[in-house]
Parts: sequence; structure tokens; C-alpha cells
Amino acid sequence: MEIHIENLSKNYGSQKAVDGITFDVRPGEVLGFLGPNGAGKSTTMKMITGYLSIGEGDVSVGGKSVREYGDELKRHIGYLPENNPLYLDMPVIDYLEFCGALQGMSPGSVQQRLKEMIRVCGLNAEKHKKIGELSKGFRQRVGLAQAMIHDPEILVLDEPTTGLDPNQIVEIRNLIRELGKEKTVVLSTHILPEVEATCDRILIINKGKIVANGTADTLRKQATGQEVIRLKIEDARVEEVIEALRKMPTVDTIEVIDKERNRLEVQSRTGLSSTREIFHLCVQKGWILSELTPLETRLEDIFRNLTTN
Amino acid sequence: MHATWIIAKKELQSYFDSLIAYILLVLFLGFSGFFTWLFGSDIFMVGQASLQSFFGIAYWTLFFFTPALTMRLLAEEKKSGTIEMLLTKAVTDRQVVVGKFLAALLLVMVALVFTFPYVITLSVIGDIDAGEILCGYAGLTLMSAAYISIGLYASSLTNNQIVAFLLALSIGLFFHIIFEVLASNFTGITAQVLSTLSLSNHFESISRGVVDTRDVIYFGSIIFVGLFLSEMSLTKRNLN
Repeated sequence: MEIHIENLSKNYGSQKAVDGITFDVRPGEVLGFLGPNGAGKSTTMKMITGYLSIGEGDVSVGGKSVREYGDELKRHIGYLPENNPLYLDMPVIDYLEFCGALQGMSPGSVQQRLKEMIRVCGLNAEKHKKIGELSKGFRQRVGLAQAMIHDPEILVLDEPTTGLDPNQIVEIRNLIRELGKEKTVVLSTHILPEVEATCDRILIINKGKIVANGTADTLRKQATGQEVIRLKIEDARVEEVIEALRKMPTVDTIEVIDKERNRLEVQSRTGLSSTREIFHLCVQKGWILSELTPLETRLEDIFRNLTTN
Repeated sequence: MHATWIIAKKELQSYFDSLIAYILLVLFLGFSGFFTWLFGSDIFMVGQASLQSFFGIAYWTLFFFTPALTMRLLAEEKKSGTIEMLLTKAVTDRQVVVGKFLAALLLVMVALVFTFPYVITLSVIGDIDAGEILCGYAGLTLMSAAYISIGLYASSLTNNQIVAFLLALSIGLFFHIIFEVLASNFTGITAQVLSTLSLSNHFESISRGVVDTRDVIYFGSIIFVGLFLSEMSLTKRNLN
């Protein structure tokens, strides 16, 4: 089932939380939802899952509008809300059974899925404990298990890896990737490397509007017109090197990182590359070029550029 | 209907898991037993094979206990955020409200069932009027249902359980006694309206064994309005 969002808006009083956003998510795709706090990520997710009513525009899931078929569509959506609210006084098993039953599963299929979820989410040792006794990481797994218990075609996960340790994060990411092969997954996060690791496509939203939409690579290409390389040149004085580099037509700016070791960062002019010229320069002058690393623009920088102004 | 029942079952379970149910049962049976059989104008003092003294006590004990049962129902879910998880499952706002209402009502009914030995004891001592006793129990159930729906509404308005408890108690107090007191201070149509609104009048007439459709409609409308307002108040999350 695909999600189609068209011109979606939502106001809280006079404040526009979501402002006319349009996008699609297809099955077999993991969409990463990025944005600073208060950008409208959670509000959008709440509207997809039917917790909040739609302000303006429309959300359709599998071709059916959430406005009309909201209650019917909930059965096909698994949702992990922000902060992962759980009934702390319920044992894990009872809680998952309750969630499965509410999604209209028969007792037999609940038991079967329950076993699978406990295995997949690594909850076997904790299954009889009350949720309140679990650590944050295990609670997060319970949250994921309840979202997936009814095997939904669509998964909406609001910050799924908060509170997990690095090993668990890797496990959960792999799990999400695995699920993303057949299901439609929308996840929001603050952790930028996570988006690169798990998502097929990235959507950056700021002040309720979409400011970027594409794969990590396309976003990088859009953001970087300029090539940046890191250099280390031995057997030369820094001043000499800088002077020589300045004379090159392709070089835009030069930044000294480590004066002692002659390390520099060189930014080329838009659309041009200086790597070959630098190599020839070193050969000509008899300098030793011991490092030449092209630097990719980090996602953090793209994010910061798009969301601060 | 199915989802409603699942929610009711879960709520009832959590009453028993959190000891609320046991505390309520012990206190209710303790109070009503003590005043029905041992103290004050108890059955032996009255000298009739009638449970009127029990119904009189239960009328007050249930009035205080129902807000304690209902205060957490929605307030806690709103505070912890679990309401979001619950309402994004395949359930409607109405099913959640009705399910929670049923859970509290069932617990009160369990408490009432535990007083059936009173009836058996009494039937051994003297001739009982089965109709009157049945009506008395029906009256207590209807009254509890009315206060539960008021309490549920109070719980839907806040995410603080204490506020929900006090709010339910103060709304309940109007129906329980204030309308009647006011009615006796007015005349004409005002007095009539106030006296119609007073729950004690309707409860008394039922517990005396007179089943009047007006009384049933009265309780039914309080229950309906309470549940309806609770549902509205849940749906209101969309409006702010």
C-alpha cells in the first residue's frame, strides 16, 4: 500500500504546524523524515495514522482517503508514537496480545505473531516482566513489537531508535531495512547517520514545509556545487604551498588545518576540479603529496543549511 | 463491539492488577456490612426483612467510590500519552469510551454481587420481598452507571487524576444532594425542575420497588450525556 499526501496542512490555533506538504511513499521504500524540533514531523505522522484529523489537503493510504476510511485504514498501519507511550503496569505478553486483539486479529494468529515478534525484537527473556520494569531499550523494542504485531503494510515510526545502545541501534536499523523491502515505512529521526543507514529517500521539512526531497546522494549533489579536498604536502613550507595553490585557476579558497604538518583544505570553483593540477604541481616542485582526500558534504551541513535561516 | 469488549476486559484486568479493585471491594463490603448488620439503624433495629438500610448505605459509599474508579480511566492515558497509541489502533473514540465505562460498571457490579449473601441471610430470617430487593440492586447499578459516566467525562477533561476525582465528586454532589436541597428552597417550576434533576428522588422510587419509565429515562439520559461528552472531549484533540 502506498501513502499519498497532497497539500497537507494543519494549524494549531494561529500557528501553522504543517503547511501544504505533498509527497508519496511507495511500498518497498523507507522514507526518512528529517527536521528540527517543531518542524511538523510528528504532526504529519499523527495525521497519517489517524490520531489527528486532517486540517487541509488529504492523506490517502492504498488509494483510500484517511478522511473517509480512517478507522478502516488503521488496521493496515503500525505506529510507534513519539516517546513510545506504553502501559507500564502490563506484562509484555499481555500488552502485545491486547494490541493484536485491538487490531482485529484472531486469538490464534495473535499467538503465532506474538512468538515471532518476541523473537524478532529479542524480548524472550523479558516477556513475562511488567513493561515498567524494563530498561528504555527494551521498552523501545516493545514499542516496535506492538507496531508490527498485526503485520501492517505500512509502518510509521516516530524516532524508533532513541534510547537504544549502539548494538541495538544496528539491530533495529537492520530490522527496519528488512521490513522496508516489502512494506511502506516512514520514520522520523534526529540522528542523521541513521537516515543514511536506513532510508532510501530523505525528506527534510522545516517550519511545516518540505525543503528537500531525494536520496542522500541527490541531496548532496544539489547542496555541493563545489569540490572540497584535504591535502597533506610534505617537504615544503606552508606559505610556499599556499602561494602556489592560489595561483591555480581552479582553486577558490584555501584553509590551513594543521600548520605543523602542512595539512590544508582546498575548495575548488563551482563545477571545476583541482586534483590533477595539484598532483602536477607537486611533481613539478618535487613535493611529496601524502594525502589527497575528496570530502563529501556531510548530511549535517545540508541539514543545517536548509533548516537555519 | 468486539474492540469495546477487549478494552473493557483490559481495564477490568488493570483494576485487579493495581489493587484498586481489592481495596474497593474490601472497603465497600466493610462499610456496607458494618452499617447494615452491626451499627446504627441496622436491619435488626428496623426489625423488617428488608434491605432498605443496605441500599441507603450503598447509595453513599458508591457515590464516593465511583469517582475513585473513574478518575484514572482517561486522565492517566492522556498524561502518559498512551491514548495516542490506543486511538491509532483499529478502534473508534466511542469504543474506547464505552469500553472503559463498561469496565468500571462491571467492577461495581462485582462488588454488588458480593453482597448477595445479605439477601440469603435475610431470606432465612424472614420473608423478603424479592421484587423490592431486585429493584434496589437495579437502582444501585443505574446510579453507579450514571456516576461512572460523569466520572469518565471528568477524567476526559484533565490529565490530572486528583482533578478528575474532585471534579467528578463535585458534579456528582449536585445530583446526589444539592439539587434536592435547592428544590426545597424554591417553589413552582424551578422547584419541579430541580427536583426532577435530583438523583435521590429517582433512586428512592426505584429502590422502593417502583419501576417508573421516567426514572429509567432519567438515569439513561445521564449515562448517555456523560458518555457523549466524554467522546466529544476525546475528539476535541482535533480542534485546538
